[in-house]
Amino acid sequence: MKAIRAIAINTFKEAVRNKILYSLIFFAFVMMLVSLVLDQATVGQRNKIIKDLGLGSINLFGVIIAIVVGINLVYKEIEKRTIYPLLAKPVKRSQFLVGKYLGILLTLAVETLLMSLFLFLLVWFYEGTFDPYLPIALFTIYVEISVISAVAIFFSTFSTPFLSGMFTFSIYVIGHLTEYLKKFGADSGSAFLEGITRFFYYVLPNLERFNMKEAAVYHLPIESGKILLSVTYGLLYIATVMLLSVLCFERRDFK
Amino acid sequence: MVPAIETRHLTKVFYSGFLRKEKKALTDLSLIVERGTIFGFLGPNGAGKTTTLKLLTGLIQATSGEAFIFGKSIQDVSARSKLGFLPERPYFYEYLTGLEFLHFCGELFGMDLEARSKKIETLLHLVHLKGSEQIPLGRYSKGMLQRVGLAQALINDPELVILDEPMSGLDPIGRKEVRDIILRLKEEGKTVFFSTHVLSDAEMVCDQVGIIINGRLRSVGSLGTLMVPKVKSIEVTLKGISQEKIQALKPIVDSIRPGDHSFLVTLMDEGHLPKLIAWTQKELVQIVSIIPRKESLEDLFLEEIKEAQL
Repeated sequence: MKAIRAIAINTFKEAVRNKILYSLIFFAFVMMLVSLVLDQATVGQRNKIIKDLGLGSINLFGVIIAIVVGINLVYKEIEKRTIYPLLAKPVKRSQFLVGKYLGILLTLAVETLLMSLFLFLLVWFYEGTFDPYLPIALFTIYVEISVISAVAIFFSTFSTPFLSGMFTFSIYVIGHLTEYLKKFGADSGSAFLEGITRFFYYVLPNLERFNMKEAAVYHLPIESGKILLSVTYGLLYIATVMLLSVLCFERRDFK
Repeated sequence: MVPAIETRHLTKVFYSGFLRKEKKALTDLSLIVERGTIFGFLGPNGAGKTTTLKLLTGLIQATSGEAFIFGKSIQDVSARSKLGFLPERPYFYEYLTGLEFLHFCGELFGMDLEARSKKIETLLHLVHLKGSEQIPLGRYSKGMLQRVGLAQALINDPELVILDEPMSGLDPIGRKEVRDIILRLKEEGKTVFFSTHVLSDAEMVCDQVGIIINGRLRSVGSLGTLMVPKVKSIEVTLKGISQEKIQALKPIVDSIRPGDHSFLVTLMDEGHLPKLIAWTQKELVQIVSIIPRKESLEDLFLEEIKEAQL
């Protein structure tokens, strides 16, 4: 346990010292600019657009950082051979990988929290109130980027950063379209095609489950059961992907 | 008593490329390293030294065969709790300071803060890094990285220390410091297993050496019995002699090269040296230097390789 903690904290330190969090400034800048431009719009519309864009950008930034950090951290350890003295110590490869993942989750949590804080401030500035719907959407965004970073780690245990990045990004895009995929298969009338689309529907993450942005912006009712189900789904998906990552990583030779 | 290291028929085959081309990096290595000894693993580059060390430290997995550290199979993670390892040309996290890095390594062994701080203090003095511990590792020189690498290998007070080319890339002072540390570890009753392709490094510290060529262990024993470097040639520098006169030496020397007011003559046969000295005394020629050119480890390896191919 101590080893996992040490590796997680070290990973977080690396991300912070490599100035990953500087991307936040860019986010803040974009949001400020958008709100200034929207100053002309009517009050009700403007606030909704700010929330919508804010959640959308937090989601996008989160995904980008999850992919960039996820594909690089494990690969860099191998490429720069910093992993050698680590694994020669009584540290299991699974502990190494879990430690790395937890470190990434910590980095993403800090990043998401800071971005959220900025959004809250902006909304409070225009509306004068705290919007209780936003945290729900932000929480599920965090679950989504946690899934994405687990997928990025999985690819980086056997592939190069470029390919891992491509794969992970593809999965992110398709992950938002799996419902259509299933529907397409069902409508096609071909049993073969339906089998394939159904296979992908179950293997790929259904990321739309974590999308509660619209409901949060327009204050639509969100059932707590639905949130719980999505979170459980996310956690199970992460556990499965991490297990596969460990299996790949255990067999790897560090030449 | 169980040996520090024991390997039985350890073999490693690497597959590379799309066609999974086979390359045997290590073949049937059976080796015993007794406790409390300094064992030098000698061989030319690409002979399988690093492969062996990586197998022992769990970085790669054997294709076949077994290995044990203090009787525990290397498959077992806990076998590495008594182990310290310094990789070849070590590279560590640039963004950490030396002190942070050593604390991190200590944490991986489950050491608490007090134990870590105490140990790190002693190690910093041992490897002469006291005063540089607050500098990020990204700004360390090559020699400093090697020394912090030694410190991290010793953080858990290991019974067995495995070092991959610990002296490569160091200046003479750095080499001596590493040698001193190796000897000190032996005094403390530890076992040191290190690889090198430089004979003189091994000559000065090793109790035992193993010679590995093309992935096969050729011989094991004390260096003195295994390798007696032959004198290849003798270079003699002579002064106070004319060009015509020196021609008289032609029958006994193999080459004569004129230098700055002197001549450099080379003898391939040691037996001719007394004749040469007698001649200089007779002709009143001054001898500036006599330098025997011994075989280098590389020459010996070349011979071994030739034998291996026969």
